[in-house]
Amino acid sequence: MSGTFVGMPAFPEAARTAVRNPTLRGNLRHATHTIRDKRARAVAELDDWAALREAGRRIKDHTLRHLDRYLVQVEEAVTAAGGTVHWAADAEEANAIVARLVKETGEREVVKVKSMATQEIGLNEALEAEGIHAYETDLAELIVQLGKDRPSHILVPAIHRNRGEIRDIFRSEMGEWGRPAPEGLTDAPAELAEAARLHLREKFLRAKVGISGANFVVAETGTLVVVESEGNGRMCLTLPETLISVVGIEKVVPRWQDLEVFLQTLPRSSTAERMNPYTSMWTGTTDEDGPGTFHLVLLDNGRTDALADEVGRQALRCIRCSACLNVCPVYERAGGHAYGSVYPGPIGAILSPQLRGTGSEIDASLPYASSLCGACYEVCPVAIDIPEVLVHLRERVVQGGPAVRRGNRVVLRPAKGHAAERAAMRAAQWAFTHPGALRAGQRLASRTRRFHPRTLPGPGRAWSGTRDLPEVPAEPFRDWWQRTRGGKDGAE
Amino acid sequence: MRVALFLTCVNDTLYPDTGRAVVKLLTRLGVEVDFPSGQTCCGQAHYNTGYRHEAEPLARHFAEVFAEYDAVVTPSGSCGAMVRELYPRMGERARAEGRGDTLTAMLAPVVPKTYELTEFLVDVLGVTDVGAYYPHTVTYHPTCHGLRSLGLGDRPRRLLEAVKGLELLELPGAEECCGFGGTFAVKNADVSAAMGADKVRNAESTGAEVLCAADNSCLMHLGGTMARLRTGMRPVHIAEILASTEEAVTV
Amino acid sequence: MSSRERVLGRVRRALADVPPDEEPIARDYLREHGRRSTEETVELLAENLADYRAIVHRCTDGQLPELLMRLLAAHGSGSVVVPPELPAYWLEGVDATRVQDRAAITPRELDRVDSVVTGCAVAVAETGTIVLDGSPDQGRRRITLVPDHHVCVVRVPDQVVSSVPQALARLDPTRPSTWISGPSATSDIELDRVEGVHGPRTLEVVLVEG
Repeated sequence: MSGTFVGMPAFPEAARTAVRNPTLRGNLRHATHTIRDKRARAVAELDDWAALREAGRRIKDHTLRHLDRYLVQVEEAVTAAGGTVHWAADAEEANAIVARLVKETGEREVVKVKSMATQEIGLNEALEAEGIHAYETDLAELIVQLGKDRPSHILVPAIHRNRGEIRDIFRSEMGEWGRPAPEGLTDAPAELAEAARLHLREKFLRAKVGISGANFVVAETGTLVVVESEGNGRMCLTLPETLISVVGIEKVVPRWQDLEVFLQTLPRSSTAERMNPYTSMWTGTTDEDGPGTFHLVLLDNGRTDALADEVGRQALRCIRCSACLNVCPVYERAGGHAYGSVYPGPIGAILSPQLRGTGSEIDASLPYASSLCGACYEVCPVAIDIPEVLVHLRERVVQGGPAVRRGNRVVLRPAKGHAAERAAMRAAQWAFTHPGALRAGQRLASRTRRFHPRTLPGPGRAWSGTRDLPEVPAEPFRDWWQRTRGGKDGAE
Repeated sequence: MRVALFLTCVNDTLYPDTGRAVVKLLTRLGVEVDFPSGQTCCGQAHYNTGYRHEAEPLARHFAEVFAEYDAVVTPSGSCGAMVRELYPRMGERARAEGRGDTLTAMLAPVVPKTYELTEFLVDVLGVTDVGAYYPHTVTYHPTCHGLRSLGLGDRPRRLLEAVKGLELLELPGAEECCGFGGTFAVKNADVSAAMGADKVRNAESTGAEVLCAADNSCLMHLGGTMARLRTGMRPVHIAEILASTEEAVTV
Repeated sequence: MSSRERVLGRVRRALADVPPDEEPIARDYLREHGRRSTEETVELLAENLADYRAIVHRCTDGQLPELLMRLLAAHGSGSVVVPPELPAYWLEGVDATRVQDRAAITPRELDRVDSVVTGCAVAVAETGTIVLDGSPDQGRRRITLVPDHHVCVVRVPDQVVSSVPQALARLDPTRPSTWISGPSATSDIELDRVEGVHGPRTLEVVLVEG
C-alpha cells in the first residue's frame, strides 16, 4: 500500500527536510526547469492564448454558478446513454460505492488510470481493506505504488525521483507485483518505459474492471474525456467489461463545444505539447465496443464547501494541469510531499484547506506556503488568482469567521498559535495610525543602533540564521526631511 | 502638479538614503516633491498575512494623508501594488461583508494617482534618460509585485540603460522570486533562504558589482544573504543609481 | 435524504448569494491559427505528425495498396487487424494474415496480432492529431491500441482540418472517439518526453490524395 498523508507536519517543518536534501533539490530543479521553458514555448505558439484563457475562466465560472442544473443534465445524459450515475457526498461514500460495484462483478482486482479524485479519497486503500487489489497503470503512479511512496506532483507523481532511483525501484519491487523487471535494466528512460510496458501488459489483458477519473464531463451530451499520454488510460477505458469513473462535480463543462478551449489549453499547460498523445471520449456505453457496463460516481467531498466561498470558489476552475507547480519557486524547493496532500504546489495550497478545512496543523500552514510572487496566477490557463485565495485563506486562519464545512454553515474560531503575531499586528496598526508614536519608535531604534546585534536570538533566528540584519541608520528619513526641509537647507 | 513622496515605513526607518535619492532625482527633474509627515504604512504586511481588518485603518489613513495631492510616488513595487491592486479589493470585500461602499469611496481617489517611481518617471514625466552617471556593472532583479501586479515591464531597464557609465548585465532567472515575500521570509525561513541564496548565486554569476532592484524589502533580504555568503556584491535601490550624477556619484 | 439530494442541496445553498448578473462567455479566440492554403494545411499536418514521431507517408489513391503492402512487409507483420468496412482494395497486395475486428476476439488474441490498418474520422493540422470515431473503416477502439503497429490512412484534403475547434465540430459526441497525436509517450521520467509505452510504439500515417 502506498504511503498516506495522515499526520503530516506543518509545511515549514516538512519543507525544511526537503530543502536540505540535495538529491531531491536537484531532481525537482531539473524537472521543473525543463518543463517551464517548454511550456512557455508551447503557449507562445498560440497568439490567442489570452482569449482562450479568458474563455476557459468564464466557461468554468458559468458552470459553477449553475452547477446544480448541469449536474442533473449530466445525470440525465449519461443515464440515457446507458450509464449509471451515483452520487457521493464524501470520500467514505464514494469508496463504499466503488467497492460495492467491484464486488458485484465478482472480481478481486482492478486496473486504474491515474486519477486525482481517487487519490484524494484514498480509494486504493479502501479497496485493499475490502480485499480488492488496485493496480496503478500510469508510469509515475506505478513508480509511487511500487516504491510505497507518496505522490508529489499532480501530473508526474514521481517527479521527486530521478531515473536511477526509478530503475532501483523497478529492479527491487516489480517481481513482488507481477512480472519482474528485465535482466540488466539500465536507467535509460526508454528502457524504463519498456519495463513498465511489459510489467503492466498482463494486467491490462486480464482486467475485467477499470477505474478512472475524468478531465471533463460534458453536460449536454454526457460525454467523459480522459487526457493522457501513455495509452494506459485507453487500456483501462476500453479493455475491461466494467468501467467505473469517479469524477469531482467541478469537472463538468456545459457544452461539447466548450472542449475546444480546454483541449487547446490543457496539453500546452501541462506537458507543454501541442496535443497529448491520447485523448479518449466516451458517452455511456457503445454496443460491442469497450465496457458494457459504465458507472459514473459524482464526488463532492468538500467541493461544495469551497463553492460556498465567494473568493475561494475560483479554485474549482482548476483543470489539474500543474503549470502552477512547475513554475512555483516554493514548490521547486520544498517538493510536493511538504504540502501533505495529493494536491501539492500553489493549487494544493488553496485547494486542500478548502476541501479539508483549516483545522489541522498542515492545512492551517498551507496558505502561508507562498511568497505571493504571482507566477502561478500568470501561468494558470483558467486564471485562478491563487495569491488572492491564499491571502483570503490566511485571513480565515488568523481571524476565523463564517465558512461552510460539510455542507453546514459554521463560524470558525481563529487558529491557535497566532496570538503573538496578532498582538504584534495590532500594535503595529496602532503605531501606524499614530505617526508620532512611529517617529518615537524610529528615533529610539536609531539612537540605540550601536547596540543592535547582527543576529537575533529565539524566533528572530528565522531571519538572521541565514541573513544579516540591516543596519539602522543614524536618523530616519522623516527627521532628515524635517531638519533640512527636504534637503533645501543643504545639510546632507 | 502637487507630488507627494510615499516613502514607505521600511524605507523611512531603515533606508533613508533611498528617500533622499528620490527627492534629489525628482528635484533635478524639476518636480517639487513633498513628504507629508502624517504618512506611515500602506498596510501590506497586515493584509498579506491575513489581517485585512487591521489593514483597513492604515489604508484609510493613507487615503487621508495623500488626499490633496495630484500624484503619489513610491519607490516600492510592492507598496505601490498594495495601493493600486489591493485597496480596491479591500473595498470590494467590505461591500461583500455588508458594509456598503464607504471604504471603496474613501480609497478610490488615491488608487489611480499612486505611481511606483519608475512608472512616474517614464509614464508621467516621460523621461528615460534622467541624466544619471553611475560607473559600475549592475544586474537588475525585477521584483515580483512590480513585475506582475503593476506590470512595470521594461521601464526600469530602459531607465538603467540610459545611465552613463553603467553596464547592465543580464540576470539569469531574473523573473523568479527572490524569496522575501514579507512574513514568508520568517514563516517559511528555510525555503525563503534557499530562494534567496539561489538568486544571489545567479546575481554573482553575472560578475556585476551591484544588484539593483526597485524595492528595498527584497534588497534587505538579498543584501543580508549576500553579506552572509560573503559575495562582495552590494544591493542598491534603483533610485540611488538614478540620482547619482558625475558631480555626486552614489557608491 | 439521498446523497443526490444532499449534494444538490449543498450546491444550491452554496450559490444562494450569487448575484443574478453574469458575464457572457466570450469566444473571441481564433477558429484557426494563421491563414493557409489547403496544401499548406496538409503540409502542416505532415510536419506536426512527424514532430511527435509519427512516420508520415504521402501517396495517391492508386499507390495506396502497394504502399500499405510495403509498410506491413517492412515491419515484418505476419498478421493485421482489419476493421469491418476498410476498403478491400487497400490491402489487396498484403500477404499478412487478416484478422477481422469482431466482438469475440479477446485482448490476448489481439495482443498476438502485429499490425492494424484503419481509416480516420478527421485529422488536425495544428496539433498533428488524427481522430478515430469507431466508424466501420476504423473499428473498435481496442484494435488501434493493443497491436504495436498502427497504420492510419487519412484522405487529404477532405479529412483534414486546421484546428481543434474545427475538428470537434465535425465529430459526433455520441460515438466514442480517440484522439491520437504520435505514438504513445510519457513525460513521467524527469518531465522529459519518451516515446513508446503502452499504446502502439510505431504510428504510421498515410496521407492519400484523390
